[in-house]
Amino acid sequence: MRKLLVYLKDYKKETVLAPLFKMLEATFELFVPFVMANIIDYGIGGADDGAVLRSGAILVALGLIGLLCSITAQYFAAKAAVGFSTKLKHALFDHIQSLSFTEIDTLGTSTLITRMTSDVNQVQNGVNMVLRLFLRSPFIVFGAMIMAFLIDVKAALIFVVTIPLLAVVVFGIMMITMPLYKKVQAGLDAVLLTTRENLTGARVIRAFHKEAEETERFEEKNVALTNLQLFVGKLSALTNPVTYIIVNVATIVLLYTGAVRVDEAIISQGQVVALVNYMSQILVELVKLANLIILITKALACANRIEGILEVTSSMQWGEMAATPEIAEGIAASVEDGEAVREADRMAAVVQNGNTAPAVEFDHVHLAYEGAGGESLSDIHITVKKGQTVGVIGGTGSGKSSLVNMIPRFYDATKGTVRIDGRDVKTYGMEELREKVGIVLQRPVLFRGTIRENLLWGRGDASDEELWEALSRAQAKEFVEAKEGGLDAFVAQEGRNLSGGQRQRLTIARALVGNPEILILDDSASALDYATEAALRTAIRELPKETTVFIVSQRASSIRHADQIIVLEDGETAGLGTHEELLAGCEVYQEIYYSQFPKE
Amino acid sequence: MKNQSGQKETIKKVLRYIRRYWFLLAVSIVMATVTVALTLYFPILTGRVIDKIIGPSQVDFPAIFNILKQAAFAVAFTALAQWIMNVCNNRMTYRIVQDIRNEAFHKIEILPLKYIDGHSYGEVVSRVIADVDQFADGLLMGFTQFFTGVITILGTLGFMLSVNVTVTGVVVMVTPLSFFVAGFIAKKTFTMFKLQSETRGEQTAFIEEMVGNQKVVQAFSHEDEALAQFDEINGRLEACSLRAIFYSSLTNPSTRFVNNLVYAGVAVIGALYAIRGGISVGQLSCFLSYANQYTKPFNEISGVVTELQNALACAARIFELIEETPQIPEKENAIVLQDVKGKVELSHVDFSYVPDKKLITDFNLAVKPGQRVAIVGPTGCGKTTVINLLMRFYDVNSGKICVDGADIREVTRESLRENYGMVLQETWLKTGTIRDNIVMGKPEATDEEVIAAAKASHAHSFIKRLSKGYDTVIGEDGGSLSQGQKQLLCITRVMLCLPPMLILDEATSSIDTRTEIRIQKAFATMMQGRTSFIVAHRLSTIREADVILVMKDGNIIEQGNHETLLEQKGFYAKLYESQFAS
Repeated sequence: MRKLLVYLKDYKKETVLAPLFKMLEATFELFVPFVMANIIDYGIGGADDGAVLRSGAILVALGLIGLLCSITAQYFAAKAAVGFSTKLKHALFDHIQSLSFTEIDTLGTSTLITRMTSDVNQVQNGVNMVLRLFLRSPFIVFGAMIMAFLIDVKAALIFVVTIPLLAVVVFGIMMITMPLYKKVQAGLDAVLLTTRENLTGARVIRAFHKEAEETERFEEKNVALTNLQLFVGKLSALTNPVTYIIVNVATIVLLYTGAVRVDEAIISQGQVVALVNYMSQILVELVKLANLIILITKALACANRIEGILEVTSSMQWGEMAATPEIAEGIAASVEDGEAVREADRMAAVVQNGNTAPAVEFDHVHLAYEGAGGESLSDIHITVKKGQTVGVIGGTGSGKSSLVNMIPRFYDATKGTVRIDGRDVKTYGMEELREKVGIVLQRPVLFRGTIRENLLWGRGDASDEELWEALSRAQAKEFVEAKEGGLDAFVAQEGRNLSGGQRQRLTIARALVGNPEILILDDSASALDYATEAALRTAIRELPKETTVFIVSQRASSIRHADQIIVLEDGETAGLGTHEELLAGCEVYQEIYYSQFPKE
Repeated sequence: MKNQSGQKETIKKVLRYIRRYWFLLAVSIVMATVTVALTLYFPILTGRVIDKIIGPSQVDFPAIFNILKQAAFAVAFTALAQWIMNVCNNRMTYRIVQDIRNEAFHKIEILPLKYIDGHSYGEVVSRVIADVDQFADGLLMGFTQFFTGVITILGTLGFMLSVNVTVTGVVVMVTPLSFFVAGFIAKKTFTMFKLQSETRGEQTAFIEEMVGNQKVVQAFSHEDEALAQFDEINGRLEACSLRAIFYSSLTNPSTRFVNNLVYAGVAVIGALYAIRGGISVGQLSCFLSYANQYTKPFNEISGVVTELQNALACAARIFELIEETPQIPEKENAIVLQDVKGKVELSHVDFSYVPDKKLITDFNLAVKPGQRVAIVGPTGCGKTTVINLLMRFYDVNSGKICVDGADIREVTRESLRENYGMVLQETWLKTGTIRDNIVMGKPEATDEEVIAAAKASHAHSFIKRLSKGYDTVIGEDGGSLSQGQKQLLCITRVMLCLPPMLILDEATSSIDTRTEIRIQKAFATMMQGRTSFIVAHRLSTIREADVILVMKDGNIIEQGNHETLLEQKGFYAKLYESQFAS
């Protein structure tokens, strides 16, 4: 929680003033029974109409000041809470965007989304309530006790016994039931899971006519949930009656003690009434406090989860320097590590040699994902010249995507170096690198907006002609033209209003708009039929000559014309060469190829 | 008006659920009345005690002792009644929730697939889970609050009138003020809340998009633009949240202020009366505590009304699901298919998902036992439609589909589906062990049979390597299994029961080609002597098929075998050339 408090920093004034005004309001509330005692003792006792009216005016004034204080407090509390959550959300969003793929994988996007939405809301609510009530309630409880002491010490001792007793009961029941509520939540989750499963699997369940069995399974979980709820309910149903007993027994004792003290002429009748009033004020506040604590506990749990996200830092450092000789020399001078010096030398050489360096180079690269047992890629070594087309093929889980994901530096090599134009990818600035590399990911993702807005992701200042050119290359021109509004046609969230093939073609077009030097197609034509894919392949071949292209595919036909084909199996290079070479000498490739093109 | 009659309907339906627990309800109402009455009685006793404490040596101890004893009894009974009421309410609430959930789930199992396909899962789930919860909380808690509130108001009025009419008049005159204030604020803030929740929804959607697809955002270096867009929404949300939260938070202080006015009024007028001997000090203190109690239910009731309305809205959504027309029930004398040979005939079938968009018209097909039917066509051409019709997930609009000569609408769904083995591209596994998932179609299968099936589908080797083998528990939707592994499990499932007819989706996308060859072999053994419908991607499958259905845009446009279709030089010929003749 402490880390999150930073975001309240700009609302120091509000965070102090809100509780302060609340306490002021409470103070006025505490005076009410006191004034009432005066009415009884002096007004009624002395049969003085004037005294009664004056006291009545004081009561109204107290109420009015209380109202003003309270409104002020609410305003400050709301302002601080809303401002806090706005800043927190900004920071979270910014932070999440700075995380590298490794962290995003480990955290999971759905977690990140809940943290940013419902968790932040809970915390906002918590902050608001804490500012409003957290000081007020204890203040009234203890204030009432102090007022009681001012009236009579002996009678006040009853308060001293009652308050801790009430606290023990209220908070004791809460402590017992709260972990049980967690169990209830788990039970509810189980019911939810079964429901969802039966929706997503409706076809299979019906195909195997499992409806009755599933209903039974559901009812079982439902009964378990109900029983748990009933048990917890019984416990928490105790809170009200028990507190009622304690407070009213205390009132009875108070009345008796009061009687004795009045008899001894130590206090007056009006003061007995005041004491009874203070006792009932305490009850009201304790109930509020108990509710507040539940809310705070929830908010704290959310706050900790949010903090957990903010504590995750990106495991990737980006280079700042551009490839100028001076800077390269600077690195050489400043870095003492031998490897780095060599790297810097090499960079300087690259800058001088200009275009002679290979476009992409994997230098004995190994990759192990965070938390994974083994390596996903081992000892990959490949050099790709500018303008070449590289095919990457292999079975599911053989590491094809991992390989190409290292080029735009989505993941860092655990061993070895990936170089682009002769420079280690780690020395590039993030934008610099990602502008160079256009990647079309396996899952075609589009964003809510128009087709044009989506395409402009590739390059913000592209003209319509350029967009159409990219579309036509991606074989998407035809269907975009057919859409109402053309480039301005609406795309729903995730591109749900488009078919899988249309989405894939649009994501390809989006990458093409950026005119990347290196284009990576990660199995991004899988939803296209063969004819469209063939046309796409031809169009890709017609890209400007200096564009280096990586094509990842399961279809041998997609990559057979590549200048180089790398065959992966279990993360290792099973073959490297042209189609003909591999077909002659690589067993894995042969197997893949003939599975798709049977020898006839 | 219409809305109100709808609400009435909903209330009637809710009452039907409550009726089952009428006994609990009756006890709860009685106990609530007892609780309220005793709670109201306590201040009277307190007042009487105070009247016996007039001043030094003017204290009537025996009388006080007597009254306090009564008070103690009253307290004990109140607590007991309160507890019984709480327990009854709990029991009633949770049982009703349980009933409603069971009924809703039961409905899900018999809803036509049209409904399930047409609604997002999240929406249906939220009806069964969130709406039911809200309904329970709102309606039943609201109901008890409403009920005790009304009794408290009536009781207090009665007690007050019995003590003093004039002072009661003061209380009655001023109290509605707080009601109006609360109502006024609620009305004013409603639009602010609506704007807040709309903006919040917009923000959530944006977060879902950008964070959910963070990898794409980063791949295109789009972070700054995204952040700017986010800040814009965030700023708007801040402004409208502040207004909504602040204005709605005025309710409490304002009503408290009105309460204070009532309190002051009672104090002054009561005191003036007391001076003239109209009432005693004890009665005044009793009035003061009533003045507090009397206004509270008013404030609560105004909240309860909105809560009740919300609960009714939730209930209406649940009932909508529960009352959805189920799939057409089985005919009474529905045939149970036995010893199916596998003859499938479709005659003059018309079908479409939406009435005004024709899809399949006058489609005829006769499949002899053991024949293979390949369904081909470009992506998204509606190949699943055929599966939907064969399995009777959807009913034909006109015409008929017969299996072994029997119209499938005359046959029990169970026996129809039992005779099909289905492997879909979208793999679905339930939470449970691997074994649970495999034996879905044949629960009584022995371990040997399961292993044999798994070996046949080449799933055995990976299952063996899992931590607990066949007893490994997999999470929701297959959990940590790869798409290919899930596919293998789905095939094993069919492999185990081997029904006379098969529906296979040659899902090439998620299995690598070498594994696929093995699966292909498994498929081939399975298809031996069985009527099979295959959504085909592979040339060999298509060529070997006895009938090829060519689909485009949801429609079956050509039908025949490989040679005849090629001769037609139609869509199939074009497709074939573009795909395989390169």
